[in-house]
Amino acid sequence: MPPVRKRRRVKWGTILFFLIPPLVPLSIFVIYPIIGTFYLSFVNDHNQFTLNNYISVIQQTSPDLALVLLNNMPRPPPWGALIHNMVWLAIHLPLVTFLGLALAYMLKVVYGRSIIKSIMFIGMVVPMVVGGLIIRFMFEKYVGVVPVVLGAIGLKSLARSWTIYPDTALFALILGSVWLWTGFSLTIHAAAIDSLPNSYLEAAKIDGASEWQIFRKIVIPLVKPATLTVVVMTMLWDLKIFGIVYAATMGGPGGASTVLALVMYWYFARMLAYHKAAAVAVILTAITMIPISIFIRWVMRRGR
Amino acid sequence: MGGKEVTVRRRRRRFKRISPYVIIINIVAWGIAFVWLLPFIGLFMTSIRPYSEVIIKGWWNLIGAHISFHNYASALFQHGIARGYLNSFIIAIPASIIPVFLAAMCAYALARFSFPLRSALFLLMIVLMAVPQQTMVIPLFFLLKDLHLLNRLYGLILVHSAWGIAWITFFMRNFFNMLPKEIEEVALVDGASYWTIFRKIVLPVSLPAIASALAIQFTWVWSDFFFALMFLYSPSKWVVTQRVVTLRGAYYVDWGLLSAGSILAMLPPLILYAALQKYYLRGMVGWATGKG
Repeated sequence: MPPVRKRRRVKWGTILFFLIPPLVPLSIFVIYPIIGTFYLSFVNDHNQFTLNNYISVIQQTSPDLALVLLNNMPRPPPWGALIHNMVWLAIHLPLVTFLGLALAYMLKVVYGRSIIKSIMFIGMVVPMVVGGLIIRFMFEKYVGVVPVVLGAIGLKSLARSWTIYPDTALFALILGSVWLWTGFSLTIHAAAIDSLPNSYLEAAKIDGASEWQIFRKIVIPLVKPATLTVVVMTMLWDLKIFGIVYAATMGGPGGASTVLALVMYWYFARMLAYHKAAAVAVILTAITMIPISIFIRWVMRRGR
Repeated sequence: MGGKEVTVRRRRRRFKRISPYVIIINIVAWGIAFVWLLPFIGLFMTSIRPYSEVIIKGWWNLIGAHISFHNYASALFQHGIARGYLNSFIIAIPASIIPVFLAAMCAYALARFSFPLRSALFLLMIVLMAVPQQTMVIPLFFLLKDLHLLNRLYGLILVHSAWGIAWITFFMRNFFNMLPKEIEEVALVDGASYWTIFRKIVLPVSLPAIASALAIQFTWVWSDFFFALMFLYSPSKWVVTQRVVTLRGAYYVDWGLLSAGSILAMLPPLILYAALQKYYLRGMVGWATGKG
């Protein structure tokens, strides 16, 4: 951690000289549109204040636009985009976090660990839409690894194209996104584990601690900052998911794999309902503020 | 010579001490890596063989395989991937350089100067990193329309450049905070202006961070689909990610063509990653953890 440094008081001219070139495009092309979206979501076509945009998108029951379809819940999806995002989080976040952490620790004794890290990281470099297409490919009957392997071990009911059935489409995408994103968790955790002082681990080993005890009692607590980062960034990634879904299923079949970002796009592009699209975007933004506020509190506490 | 012998001996000793536990861990880790690589292998095998053959025999069956690059030629020239490549490069190269330069200025001010609302500005950058693209596209759509930048590659360069400023500012500020300030102090006493110091001292020593930011920003702009989908609607303006999605038919999917298109679409960031791997990994860790 760097020592707290004194910052200089300099002339306003100098400060503005450095700040104006970046802040002008940022204000015009990012901040103004964000404020504009909030405004649009709270007015009707005649620019009068209303909450009807929110009420109508929340009450929407058409499966490919719905945010929440609770009455469908015991049966397979569609459950509504908001629920799909939450299911995504509930499965993807723990799997990615733990798999990355465990693998990062395992790699300490693995030969050729940098090759493994490179392989796992490829998913981060692949464009999301290509990732979505590959996920569809992995789960496609006759050509995909998953149905072929499941068919070979006798699970005939799962030896099919996962992305075209409502009860498997969402889960195919979620499992596929674990494949895409675990490299991030591994990279961040591996960097944290590499910087652990070796003496800690060796001392524990001499005291007779088992590998599992060392992992649970020493490694996990010491890499907590890295884990927190992975959790926050993964939550943001899960909430903002779009390209994977668009490329693999377009939210289908029958809205069984829609997500919030996709619903916003449908309102805009298909229905030309700008105010409702803005309302969905604001709901999505409000949810993303939860993980980022955790992140901010943590960044601020660590000192500037 | 003596030193080398010692290391060899040490290595041998370690080699002898391999426990069954370590062997199992190695097998499991390599097994996971193999599973992770498998989809790419399948994609590649499918792309270099006629689809009729793949669907009957399976891509893993190599007996009597006919290898051809017909799918690549077809994707590139009959299905417009080549044109998409060109558009993607036209957008991604300036949209990586511009924001890195602008954000470096912003980050320098945040790291070195003291002014009112400095913390607020830094907080704003973090919040902007979290905001979804969906939250800005509607007003942006009408703004670009008014500026006659809709359906123009210029428009997308501007949008991506502005969008990249927030995360790169966060990233570069963390890096500048770690830099020793002494040289800058000396230059200041010698009468150099802040602009000169920034250009002649700070930017050159920040080249590793700049390389990381450039590589990651290029990858993100290249990979972007949503902004392109919103703002580019003529097929001649489409970027490569838009092109590859349209290769997928509504009901029938020709995986030969689609796999070749997918591989082509991910090739430039993949090559960049292979060449600049160190910068990617450092950049990713620095961006996420604020440790520059």
